[in-house]
Amino acid sequence: MTLTRRQMLGRSAALGCCLAANPLVTPVTLASAPSDNRLVVIILRGGLDGLDMVQPRGDADFSALRPGMPNAKDLDGFFALHDGLSPLYPLWQEGQLGFAHAVSTPYRDRRSHFDGQDMLEAGTGMEAIGHSRSGWLNRALAHLPGADARTAYAIGRADMLLTRGAAPVANWAPDAALTLSSQAELLLERVMHDDPLFRDATLEAIALSATDLGSTADAATSGDMMNAMSESVRAARKGAQPETIARFAATQLRAETRLAAFSLGGFDTHSRQDRSLLRALGPLATTILTLQAELGAAIWERTTIVAVTEFGRTARLNGSGGTDHGTAGAMLLAGGAVRGGRVITDWPGLAETDLYQRRDLRPTRDLRAHLGWLLAGLYGLNRTTLETEVFPGLDMGADPRLIL
Amino acid sequence: MPFDPQLAEIRFGCGLSPRLTPPESAAGMMARLTRPDDAGQTYPIAPFSARLPQLAALQRARRDRRKAKSDAARRDAEEHYKDLRRTLRTDAARWTGHAFLRRALTRDGLRERLTAFWADHFTARGVGQIWSYAHLPYVEEAIRPHVAGRFADMLRAVITQPLMLSYLDQYRSFGPDSPAAKGKRGLNENLARELLELHTLGADGPYTQTDVRQMAELLTGLTFDMKRGFVFRADMAEPGPETVLGISYGGPGATLDHIHAALDDLATHPATATHIARKLAVHFVSDAPTPSLIRALTARYTETGGDLAAVIEALLAHPDAWSPEMRNVKQPVDFVGSALRALDLVPRHLPLGNLRRMQNMLLTPMALMGQPMGAPPGPDGWPEDDADWITPQRLAARLQWAMSAPFQLRRTLPRPETFLIAALGPDAPEPVKFAARAAESRAEGIGIILASPAFQRF
Repeated sequence: MTLTRRQMLGRSAALGCCLAANPLVTPVTLASAPSDNRLVVIILRGGLDGLDMVQPRGDADFSALRPGMPNAKDLDGFFALHDGLSPLYPLWQEGQLGFAHAVSTPYRDRRSHFDGQDMLEAGTGMEAIGHSRSGWLNRALAHLPGADARTAYAIGRADMLLTRGAAPVANWAPDAALTLSSQAELLLERVMHDDPLFRDATLEAIALSATDLGSTADAATSGDMMNAMSESVRAARKGAQPETIARFAATQLRAETRLAAFSLGGFDTHSRQDRSLLRALGPLATTILTLQAELGAAIWERTTIVAVTEFGRTARLNGSGGTDHGTAGAMLLAGGAVRGGRVITDWPGLAETDLYQRRDLRPTRDLRAHLGWLLAGLYGLNRTTLETEVFPGLDMGADPRLIL
Repeated sequence: MPFDPQLAEIRFGCGLSPRLTPPESAAGMMARLTRPDDAGQTYPIAPFSARLPQLAALQRARRDRRKAKSDAARRDAEEHYKDLRRTLRTDAARWTGHAFLRRALTRDGLRERLTAFWADHFTARGVGQIWSYAHLPYVEEAIRPHVAGRFADMLRAVITQPLMLSYLDQYRSFGPDSPAAKGKRGLNENLARELLELHTLGADGPYTQTDVRQMAELLTGLTFDMKRGFVFRADMAEPGPETVLGISYGGPGATLDHIHAALDDLATHPATATHIARKLAVHFVSDAPTPSLIRALTARYTETGGDLAAVIEALLAHPDAWSPEMRNVKQPVDFVGSALRALDLVPRHLPLGNLRRMQNMLLTPMALMGQPMGAPPGPDGWPEDDADWITPQRLAARLQWAMSAPFQLRRTLPRPETFLIAALGPDAPEPVKFAARAAESRAEGIGIILASPAFQRF
């Protein structure tokens, strides 16, 4: 069960309130927003190979592990950038793109996507696998003064553990639409009333489709309701392109939203990684550049994008030109607010004895520490809160000063 | 709690129908499930092996296009390739229609539900232009014949299916010391890992990274070619025995028998019994099943060595199965299927030969509901948690479809009060009865009944 905004919406319904009292349709003044800083969290699903995205070309053992790697753009004399991210190179030059390397969650040894993603999104330790009902982004939200239903947005069709929890978060997809006659709306509210899951999702769908897409939630005739399906089918035909998601996110971030989260897939590169990773990194670059263009210079200056994945991959290529599930990987940071132009790492080395289980890049820092310092830098969350409530049991260590 | 025919059809079948009487007893449901597959024969879907020559032709056409020497030859090749693609797509759309007609018109709804359950357990997705649209033929060949058989037989069938070998990269996995590897190619552990984690023991199962690695070595040799389909190539197999979960398989000469022996052991492993029992209980009864139900299913699985009919029988015999409380949410395929059934659709109502209309009426709406047919996000298949499906954006797609698709499919719609009885039986909740009377049009009334939690839960 997703609680949170659902719970809150449920409460207002129980009090006999109707749509007008729904927090999503009540205008929110910017003054009540917790901060002007924006944070975009992108979950890269499938286990991105950090050793390929940010290649340690200066490590003497790299070329033996990864023979025949095509040329990549040099970053700092030691690391080089995968060709698929070369559109982002100008950001690097301006200090608006950075990476953290050899990082991971505490997830170890099992190398299951599904558990790995749950831990990444829950922000907890191994003991919480399968028991986590809330995500770290949601728990962070609970500590932002003035946060309300529009402060955080989960975008796309899939539900994300990352944003589930007790604090209200808006969930919507750019190609979702709902057009109902006012009578249908009233009757729906009535048939959904006793089922909190359905009732709250219905109220939210009605509210968001009315306010986000400019479409009226009040169709004049049932003919309009018929056409609405065709319209959303047409929109969906064009596909959920990364540009569409990024534009939708930017629209929200230009308004009341301060934190947005969505995911990109395609990073599970078991074979022919030279081709498959190129295909997966392209949309990531497009997403970042679209956000930059759509947010505009002033908001971009206050924006941080962080892209994280559930685990890295094996240091060696496998027998089919791909890599299998591993441990440490890399995270990407971008945005006008980021202190970029650097690869932050305690590099563990790639000699066989340096590898984790002689197999994977060894984690030298918990990626949650970087996320924690981001939340501290952007929203002033204090370290104790971060280490006990947002990321329970985490030691954040020294501040890497990720934000300008 | 006593057997309830209507609940049986809603919870374990494809939903109520105005023309078909629900099953009279659990024994009757089991009898139908173990008899020949009537709906499958009436609304056929080609098995994968029948599909393979078409895929081979498509692959040849792509090669011809690439290698064409002149512009004219390239145009011809392009034309031929496009024709083949269109045929494949249209076939796939028709088969989707048949899959829904089976749900709308069968007297053996349990078979449809089990087919979907196991297709999800053994998720194999067609990736790339050659393999897309191969999902339903895979299910037809590897899953459907085994839903009331032995789990071990289904496991052998899926692990030797080209679509699975392709999806989880097995055909690219070479024993590092095999003759075919020539010192250049080697292992890929993708299938081995998912076999242990998802298909048999479960993510919390008693295996280690070493077991994954040994399993990957044992599986080498499983591959396919476009002419013969599945083949075992001993020259790709890693020589010597491999030890998985403490048991040694194989010897100097690699054969398929060694792999079968390991699969059979995995199929009857206690961790597999619990994993399957829990998944069935979650899927059919509740996201939080009682330990008693899981114990009962695990015990029957263990006693019978993984006889799936016996496990289903145990499920239908357990009191939890008949709890009147509706604790689960229909997945989009069940929601749409049961709506078509309640709407009393017949084959002429579905645009079976019209690809564009099939997409507009069924395929794209299902994708918007979060369940594009045959294309789950990863090898772990579709989520079971109700909250994953009833998000505002996914529910919006269900509501929109409920309001408009029935009219577009049928044109003449029943009165909402009549439809209410067909869809929910005489005991519908009072607010739904009220809405059926108060709606401004037939389409709207039917849409609200379909949208109601009473219809969307089971």
